[in-house]
Amino acid sequence: MYRTTLQGVLLASSILAGVGTAAAADVTLNIESWRNDDLQIWQEKIIPAFEAKHPGIKVTFSPSAPTEYNAALNAKLDAGSAGDLVACRPFDTSLQLFEKGKLEDLTGLEGMKNFSDVAKSAWTTDDGSKTFCVPMASVIHGFIYNTEAFEKAGVEVPKTVDQFFAALDKIKADGTYIPMAMGTKDMWEAATMGYQNIGPTYWKGEEGRKALIAGTQKLTDDAWVEPYRVLAKWKPYLGDGFEAQTYPDSQNLFTLGRAAIYPAGSWEISLFNTAGLKLGAFPPPVAKDGDTCYISDHNDIAMGLNAASAHKEEAKVFLEWVASPEFATIYANALPGFFSLNSTAVEMSDPLAKEFVSWRETCKPTIRSTYQILSRGTPNLENETWAASANVINGTETPEAAAKKLQDGLDSWYKPAKM
Amino acid sequence: MTDLAPDQGGEAARRRPRRWHILVFLAPTVIIYTAVMILPLIETLRQSFFNVVDGEHVFVGFANFATLFGDPRWAADFWNALGNNFIFFLIHMAVQNPIGIALAALLSLPGLRFAAFYRTAFFLPTLLSFVIVGFIWKLILSPIWGVAPWLMDLVGMKALFGPWLGKSGSALIAVSLVSVWQFIGIPMMLIYAALLNIPEEVIEAAEIDGVTGWGQFFKIKLPLILPAIGIISILTFVGNFNAFDLVYTMQGALAGPDKTTDILGTFLYRTFFGFQLQLGDQSMGATIATIMFLIILTGVCIYLFGIQRRIRRYQF
Repeated sequence: MYRTTLQGVLLASSILAGVGTAAAADVTLNIESWRNDDLQIWQEKIIPAFEAKHPGIKVTFSPSAPTEYNAALNAKLDAGSAGDLVACRPFDTSLQLFEKGKLEDLTGLEGMKNFSDVAKSAWTTDDGSKTFCVPMASVIHGFIYNTEAFEKAGVEVPKTVDQFFAALDKIKADGTYIPMAMGTKDMWEAATMGYQNIGPTYWKGEEGRKALIAGTQKLTDDAWVEPYRVLAKWKPYLGDGFEAQTYPDSQNLFTLGRAAIYPAGSWEISLFNTAGLKLGAFPPPVAKDGDTCYISDHNDIAMGLNAASAHKEEAKVFLEWVASPEFATIYANALPGFFSLNSTAVEMSDPLAKEFVSWRETCKPTIRSTYQILSRGTPNLENETWAASANVINGTETPEAAAKKLQDGLDSWYKPAKM
Repeated sequence: MTDLAPDQGGEAARRRPRRWHILVFLAPTVIIYTAVMILPLIETLRQSFFNVVDGEHVFVGFANFATLFGDPRWAADFWNALGNNFIFFLIHMAVQNPIGIALAALLSLPGLRFAAFYRTAFFLPTLLSFVIVGFIWKLILSPIWGVAPWLMDLVGMKALFGPWLGKSGSALIAVSLVSVWQFIGIPMMLIYAALLNIPEEVIEAAEIDGVTGWGQFFKIKLPLILPAIGIISILTFVGNFNAFDLVYTMQGALAGPDKTTDILGTFLYRTFFGFQLQLGDQSMGATIATIMFLIILTGVCIYLFGIQRRIRRYQF
């Protein structure tokens, strides 16, 4: 059913596209985003589906590189040349744009009732009164593995940390596959796929994260240093020259079938599916079998309205549609691994995505520890965490020293009592 | 008759054409240069004295500079970037310019075959975009796909290969050498031109006096091209302290690993525009830009007043 409607939509859009060029009165909405990987999906699936229902509104998706997006967007908004719709990073980055009056208040949008408060939390003011972006998706961290590699080395899917390292040892001894595909060159891999992936298990998810914000826990506490100690043990299982291995290198190593385990974010699923490998996934391993598992289920992307847009009415029509279950279904299926935040349950067809989302039922979800409030000052905790995680894996800094540096940096500007 | 004189004078003044063409020809450059260079420069200098306090854009005097040099974190980042920048510059001075001079000397040898080909080949990287250069070298040096490990394997030196761009000890040197590779054409061309300018008579006179080969180069040619070497040094200095692009394309805005390749340009970029969750700070960015401007200004002044005046020039 879905497939035929999609084909119909695609057909309709191709006809409409021909007509559209002739009709000059159409309003064109520009979307700013950092998801340059998704360009094709927006052009082929999402935008045609919208345009088919809303003649007279054209939508263009114009993404920029992920690491440059924030800087580019800020500059464009200041200069008044930003698109009508902007993809919102979670928490402070977008909050500050809203406070500066760059983003429109969307609290009154009809579609907002489709989202729970938790879903909206990343794009709501600290007092919870105003929401300024329509939540689109969250991403879940975990490990993706190559089934064939596991069979070849004769390992089971690990549940505990000990099993995890035992499995890595076996794969390494077997020698056919690089045990783990990750590099430290781009640094954020080490922080996001490493520290934020396995960390919640040690600091007990939300409990630790909130305690850190409240100031009752410190980054130098055992719960926050232990993940670094575990990360330091990853070093021998990474590929040759991992210090100079970039994020695309890691992706390629894994999709070429040369690596066994990939510390992942669920956003990788659609890319990895194209590789034609048999893949599975497991959540971050726990200390003892039967312990509660924690996963990072991070509110990642939303869409806001540029306050300086010349076409606010049309943009709101689009945002209403983004808030609808219809969009949630198209988006979650077109981009398996981006899990809808919509309250309406979305039926997904991708097995790997289903595996990831199933952890929501057994594990306790949390968001990345550095994102809310703690990255407001200078030095920026998130960026410092990147460097610290990479250093710890490279072995150039001890876990304790790295943690101390982070806490010192945080202490230099963050006063929990004042918040 | 007497009242004719002032009339004549007036006529003479009228006849002398107003030289509008000077203004007309100067205008495009002056306007464009003012708009894209001078105004932004003044605005940057101005902005370094302002900051946002409690949501208000206010004049803060030298407070930004006090933060940059007084706050231990800002100062550590700044001195790290400045130190790296000096290493970056010294590598260029020690590697790029001597090799550039040597290449020029070889190219200017009479009777060298394929001289035009070599000249073009050496100069070509300079014409390439830094994005291409950065990307190509990242690939060449990649421990996974790169040709560097394979080539070194061919000559039995695989063991010496390392993930240079990812190691804190070697990353800055590797990036500097890539930059040297890219820009080697500029000193080579300038020196080459200077060498060609040396009159035949001088060389012939030297040969008659029995000064040939290496002696001829060091005793005759080198003193004659010293002004060109001075120009190259100052160009290298300005270029290096403004550098940003190659580090950014090869190592990213965080200038990893652990800020060991962070130079003033990348430090400025991160501060001014922000990076990932770090938001841009225009005032501190402008402050860093001002310091960069002052460093370059000082360097150029030292050269202009201290060195260039002492260089002896020979007129032929």
